[in-house]
Amino acid sequence: MTSSAIHLRDLKKVYVVSEREAGVMAALQSLVHRRIEEIHAVDGISFDLAPGEIVGFLGPNGAGKTTTLKMLSGLLHPTTGEVTVLGYVPWKREKAFLRQITLVMGQRNQLVWDIPALDSFELNRAIYRIPAADYRRMVDELTELLELEPLLHKPVRNLSLGERMKCEIAAALLHRPSVVFLDEPTIGLDVTMQRRIRAFITEYNRRFGATVLLTSHYMADVEALCRRVIVIHHGKLLFDGDLSKLVQKFTAHKTIVVKLADCQVDLHSYGEVVSCSDGQFTLRVPKAETARITERLLADLPVIDLLVEDSPIEEVIERVFAQEVYESSG
Amino acid sequence: MKALVDLYVQQFKTTFASMLQYRASLAIWMIGHVLEPLVYLIVWSTVSNSSGGSVGDYTTQEFAAYFLLLMLVNHVSYTWIMYEFEYRIQHGSLSFALLKPVHPIHSDIADNISSKLITFPFMFLVAVVLSMIFHPSFSPAPWAFAVCIPALLLAFLVRFLLEWTLAQAAFWTTRVSAINQTYFIMILFFSGQIAPLSLLPSPIRIVAALLPFKWVIGFPIELLLGRVGPGEALAGLGVQAVWLLISLVLVRVVWRAGVRIYSAVGA
Repeated sequence: MTSSAIHLRDLKKVYVVSEREAGVMAALQSLVHRRIEEIHAVDGISFDLAPGEIVGFLGPNGAGKTTTLKMLSGLLHPTTGEVTVLGYVPWKREKAFLRQITLVMGQRNQLVWDIPALDSFELNRAIYRIPAADYRRMVDELTELLELEPLLHKPVRNLSLGERMKCEIAAALLHRPSVVFLDEPTIGLDVTMQRRIRAFITEYNRRFGATVLLTSHYMADVEALCRRVIVIHHGKLLFDGDLSKLVQKFTAHKTIVVKLADCQVDLHSYGEVVSCSDGQFTLRVPKAETARITERLLADLPVIDLLVEDSPIEEVIERVFAQEVYESSG
Repeated sequence: MKALVDLYVQQFKTTFASMLQYRASLAIWMIGHVLEPLVYLIVWSTVSNSSGGSVGDYTTQEFAAYFLLLMLVNHVSYTWIMYEFEYRIQHGSLSFALLKPVHPIHSDIADNISSKLITFPFMFLVAVVLSMIFHPSFSPAPWAFAVCIPALLLAFLVRFLLEWTLAQAAFWTTRVSAINQTYFIMILFFSGQIAPLSLLPSPIRIVAALLPFKWVIGFPIELLLGRVGPGEALAGLGVQAVWLLISLVLVRVVWRAGVRIYSAVGA
């Protein structure tokens, strides 16, 4: 699969950690005898990303997402397996490779704390050897897209979390990387700022045809940005495919919202009543029976309005993670 | 090469801007750099005066010259990288450095040089003022001034590379302060910081000549004091060059091994 921007085959990362019980005796024992435990952070995952794709990479904390991103960006050496990004082996950290990628970590900063972001941008210009004209054009574009104008001349430490994140993202993209790894880029940000960053990522992908692999805990990010999602749990691949298929695959239920003229009805015989107020009932029903139950509701009751919905994506994901290892879907 | 110059210039600007944000802490650092040699100077002057105006081959005025030069030479060659590396590893900023298409040592060298461009003029001024108080006597030949430029440059590079290498200990252990402490005691004693090496017993002088510390501090001082003949000066530059080669190899080898460990256990 040489045409892939990102290619992983049976990738594994095993951490060896020493562990001990709490307490003084255990501490003394560990001096003589260390108990070693192997942590399979990433346990044989495979996938390919085509150039220009935006893919959501999901999993609960500790699933192996960040470890995978670090292997893809060259910070971590895989224990076994195959990984190439733009045809390069990431851990060799060749300069030509590093010039074409970027990794944004929502919880870490690369901007110099005490000086304006624009000065840090200049430093990155020198580091990435960006020609002056390209640099100016890119700064202008990023300033416009992320609305950076009022922020660029303030010391970074005086910026709010959201403002700083926008500058971090800009700094990470000045060299116009064609592969972008985003690890929780919207973490801790308010809804408006999250939306703005999402819109920016879409725009960056559109303008520059960059391949984007994104992790996030906010399903709204994933729904807005990614048609395709990859779900991992305990280091194993659970799902790789369309977001809509994920919902189909992992939900056994649908939600029926029904508004009745009569408020004094007991709907328990139709399904699980999730909530009811002012004649509006929310029912959870087995997916296979949705049509039959809808029919019954319409026939039996004075229905004003009726809506059949998939379960919210958060709920689906929660269920996916609760279900432990599934076979991965093709 | 042009790109590297550009990188250094940008790093200079960044360091300048950052440093000027912390003028107070800068002043306190500099006071420390003045006080240490000043204490040795006062101790040795007192000892010298009470034993008839000299100790070994140093007169009171030569002690003054020695320690004022120490102040300047030490300021040129010192680094603070050993305090920083552990933090970089623990807080993940090293990961960002590893993602950049340039070796992180360049930023550190540029950062070190640029901060000294700011501080050195002040240190020089302090040395001039202290000269008026302590009346140092030194008599270097004119050629010694010419030789002292490569000698100081080599001293800076060797010390920088060695301490940068030692700072990598943070890849292997999370308690680097014990290593740092040992190193500081070694350099204090064997470099001629605490006392001119010629006052120490000859076995120690031999050990000092075999270690790198003398060549990053003691040698440039003695050169500027006029205590080194032309042949010895050239030999000294040669030894410094050898240490430069050794430290370049060490930096490469240790950095590679360290990054391998870092990328194995979790960056």
